[in-house]
Amino acid sequence: MAEYWYIRPGYEDLVRKFLENPPQPEISQEFEIRERDFFHAGKAAATVKLTLKRLGVDPVILRRTAIVGYEAEINVTAHSRGGRMVCNIHQDLVHLKFQDEGPGMHDIEQSMEPGFSTADEQVREMGFGAGLGLPNIEKNTDMLHIVSGSGQETFLEAVIFFKNNEE
Amino acid sequence: MRLKEYIDRIQGKILTPGIEIEDIQVTGGYVSDLLSDVMGNAREGDAWITIMRHMNAVAVASMIGLSAVIFAKGLVPEQAVIDRADTENVCLISSPLPVLDLAAILHGLLNKITESE
Repeated sequence: MAEYWYIRPGYEDLVRKFLENPPQPEISQEFEIRERDFFHAGKAAATVKLTLKRLGVDPVILRRTAIVGYEAEINVTAHSRGGRMVCNIHQDLVHLKFQDEGPGMHDIEQSMEPGFSTADEQVREMGFGAGLGLPNIEKNTDMLHIVSGSGQETFLEAVIFFKNNEE
Repeated sequence: MRLKEYIDRIQGKILTPGIEIEDIQVTGGYVSDLLSDVMGNAREGDAWITIMRHMNAVAVASMIGLSAVIFAKGLVPEQAVIDRADTENVCLISSPLPVLDLAAILHGLLNKITESE
């Protein structure tokens, strides 16, 4: 199993504080993501976005959360045997967690490179598989953590703070 | 710029009659057929010109709050896609014009260029 970490510069202390002592989420939502179900793909991310919108979260944060949630949801749909997404909403951040049933990433660093993709023809025909999903996720998170390996399950978690720190 | 004005200029056919388009404003444009590219780079309020007719195009448009999806070359998605767009309040337009023309006209309108015939 290999591990990948990204923490947006300047967010090291906030992220460490959150991970060392994660508080109880105020709202927790769980979604099933089915293998190759491109018809329903995106529903989980859309639900999370709507929930955050109702809570009055900043539009830029909504957009970033939607991108992270949607891209990760598509990854589970397109590349795994299915999995789950958990969204924990806290006072000051949203924490998205994805767990799939494999077959995992051969090389996480390589998968993070823009343009690298293992998507097959069916996935590409639907407009995915450009190798931009994981880079898009990283660009829009304050923290990204991936655990995976060949023939293993993949775990991906991302944190986005509500304080608008971009644009 | 009003979406209505753009639709008139591109011989656009509104595929989602359930959506009230009078008040929709177009604040920018984006042209791409790669969903992750649109997801990562298009802005809220953009009109998205594409030939991508799959269900996921609606999901992407809804997710980032695009003002409309414009299908080029007279392309029309399946009814299930149109129904989903109606539910998610995503305005779908089909135009007989090719992508280049659609982009050029949109660019002109956004930049308030008056073209003389």
